Amino acid sequence: MKMDRLKPGALAFVRGLDATGVQRRRLLDIGLVKGTRISVIRRSPLGDPVLYEIRGAMIALRSEEAALIEIGLE
Amino acid sequence: MDKEGLNSYQGEMPLKDKIVRSIYSQAEETVGFAVRFEEGGSDWDRKLDDILTSPVWGFPIMLLLLGIILWITISGANVPSDILADFFFELEGKLTGYVMLLGLPAWFNGLFVVGAYRTLAWVVSVMLPPMAIFFPLFTLLEDLGYLPRVAFNLDRVFKACGSHGKQALTMCMGFGCNAAGVISCRIIDSPRERLIAILTNNFTFCNGRFPTLIALSLIFMGGLSKTGGEVRATFVVVGMVLTGIIVTLLVSYVLSKTLLKGTPSSFILELPPYRLPRVGSVLVRSILDRTIFVLTRAVLIALPAGAVIWLMVNINVGDKTLLSQGAEFLQPFAALIGLDGYILMAFILGFPANEIVLPILIMAYMSWGEMSDLGSMQAMGELFIEHGWTWTTALCTMLFSMLHFPCGTTLYTIAKETKSVKWTVLAFALPTFVAIVVCFIVNQSIGLFWR
Amino acid sequence: MGREAGDYHVIALAGNPNTGKSTVFNALTGLKQHTGNWPGKTVLLAEGSFIHHGARYKLVDLPGTYSLIANSGEEEVARDFIYFGNPDATVVVTDATCLERNLNLVYQIMEITPRVVMCVNLMDEARRKRIKVNKKVLAKRLGIPVVTTIAKSGEGLYELKEIISRMATGRMKTQPCLVKYEPEVEAMIECVTDDLRKVIGKDYCLRWLALRVLDGDSELIKRVEERVSGRNCKHGQGRLKQLSRRDAT
Ligand SMILES: Nc1nc2c(ncn2[C@@H]2O[C@H](COP(=O)(O)OP(=O)(O)OP(=O)(O)O)[C@@H](O)[C@H]2O)c(=O)[nH]1
Ligand SMILES: [Mg+2]
Repeated sequence: MKMDRLKPGALAFVRGLDATGVQRRRLLDIGLVKGTRISVIRRSPLGDPVLYEIRGAMIALRSEEAALIEIGLE
Repeated sequence: MDKEGLNSYQGEMPLKDKIVRSIYSQAEETVGFAVRFEEGGSDWDRKLDDILTSPVWGFPIMLLLLGIILWITISGANVPSDILADFFFELEGKLTGYVMLLGLPAWFNGLFVVGAYRTLAWVVSVMLPPMAIFFPLFTLLEDLGYLPRVAFNLDRVFKACGSHGKQALTMCMGFGCNAAGVISCRIIDSPRERLIAILTNNFTFCNGRFPTLIALSLIFMGGLSKTGGEVRATFVVVGMVLTGIIVTLLVSYVLSKTLLKGTPSSFILELPPYRLPRVGSVLVRSILDRTIFVLTRAVLIALPAGAVIWLMVNINVGDKTLLSQGAEFLQPFAALIGLDGYILMAFILGFPANEIVLPILIMAYMSWGEMSDLGSMQAMGELFIEHGWTWTTALCTMLFSMLHFPCGTTLYTIAKETKSVKWTVLAFALPTFVAIVVCFIVNQSIGLFWR
Repeated sequence: MGREAGDYHVIALAGNPNTGKSTVFNALTGLKQHTGNWPGKTVLLAEGSFIHHGARYKLVDLPGTYSLIANSGEEEVARDFIYFGNPDATVVVTDATCLERNLNLVYQIMEITPRVVMCVNLMDEARRKRIKVNKKVLAKRLGIPVVTTIAKSGEGLYELKEIISRMATGRMKTQPCLVKYEPEVEAMIECVTDDLRKVIGKDYCLRWLALRVLDGDSELIKRVEERVSGRNCKHGQGRLKQLSRRDAT
């Protein structure tokens, strides 16, 4: 399952990334490595981007990025 | 491994991942030993976000906050403006007195007192108060952590226009000064989206143009002495900001479909927690900051520009002054877009800094008329009306001011940031084109439908 | 980064975005760098100085970054300063409420230089969120000095100055506990490090460079190569590039 499918309130953990190059590196650097827990906090008023809690920080990602993140449910 | 595999990402990916993963697992371990998380921390952040980024309230609150800040600025700037104007006007009388006492020639008084000094005085008394009110209020919102929320709320719109949500942040910086706005575009990593943000930053009016908009909207739309004038003026200025945002989005859209084609890059925005600013020190600091900023620019630019303009309205070529020559040449074109030759001339001469556009205009008009009270809105309004201004002229001037070419400093910054003549030229030409088109349409439709 | 020897010590301020670097900078130097509560406020380098016990320290406020891999202009600025600028000490300003991610950068910087101080800032917010940071344990685990601060109110900054001055003048030695990678990665690092040593000599921090070679950061490798070829090793040119190609295996 991809992360963009999650609804606010959901808890999940990262299984892997589909991104390549710089984008992959960026996602890794904010802490989205295998096994990282994330929780979905809220959608922005127009539905996209979505705010996630990742390792104690609030990080907004567009659905395109979220769709590159393969997750598993808790 | 075969040659292909070596350079392709398949080859690199697992290794990069392994490196970062090892770092993070060590970080987790360290945190596990050194940090304790206890239950029951406060979460007013989230509660505030429930409101400020809510589907229902998010947008109205953004608009409301903008309106409140502008209203405070508009209604608060009058009194200090008047005090400053009185002070400078009195000083001018004294200066002229000294010049006469020393037996200096009349041109000396003209060049230095009427030209240089008066422009400086005008810029300081009319420009300083609104800047010194708006900016600190804005800084409070910035310190609170509201700006990233604006980017969060608006990103969807920017994405639809092929640009980056952080453009909202660079636009916010543009309110202070477009040159600063252009530099802040570095937070956008994708070169394509960064260029879009740079090229459109000018459509957020900077502090140098803001007082012009306030003055004109107060005089022509607010109805100076009427009650509720400030509220009406606020609506007009809010409308102008929104116009600027809409133009920004449209131009971004067009750019992303033509010159700067491409797919949206990645968007990762961290929302910091709200932090209560230390109101007192923020206010004092940013008021001081702005005052120094305005005064420096006034001395460096308004003072010499004032002298130059005085020369232009006093040196005759043939039977007319230099400025009139220019203005008359521009007149037919200017009339099409709802301005007059002098207004257009003032914008052109105001290229070094937007602050000096109105003082140039006043001096140009005054070369055949007298303005009794320097800096008073009333007198300024009368002067303009005397020279044929209508509500439409004011609207078109405001729109032109909002949309026209960036000032010299900003353009220089753009050249430095893009390191490209092509983009710098476009940064000049594009807004100018937009300004002309918009003013033309507005002026012609008002002519058609209202008569 | 030209600098007359002994004149002053250069201190870099690095860290994730919005952790309070500019606030620390202002508090130490008395300057007025702009601060703001959003990530990305500082995009240019700013310099200032302060005097502590009679010695002068030049402080450089870097843009905030999540990493030092130079994915973006700001990261490149920060990385170049820390790697090529060779500061006498690097202070990593971190957010006490989100240490895991901040440590990602701390560990990367520790790979470049042992002269690192970790400044755990925003302690008031950590307290509010009931996050307790034990700085002694942290310092022991990392092998570098750790100071906890509240930059906004100035708490802990005197101690930070003390440690900066001891580290910059060489009175304090650290033994950073670097990240241990998986055995096969470590093997590769070792192999690349050996090659690098032959090509460019000892003065560049080879472990970190080896990691970047493994990362495939070709731009950085080009830069190092330029520097090297300008100096002692004539025969080394082009070798690094071969290396970087080889390692993806
Ligand atoms: N509560 C609290 N706020 C702090 C502290 N230190 C800094 N701040 C606030 O945190 C925000 C960010 O501070 P900056 O100094 O601009 O952060 P920075 O690391 O320079 O950020 P970038 O330049 O964007 O990387 C500002 O609003 C500061 O007032 C602290 O110890 N406690
Ligand atoms: Mg900063």
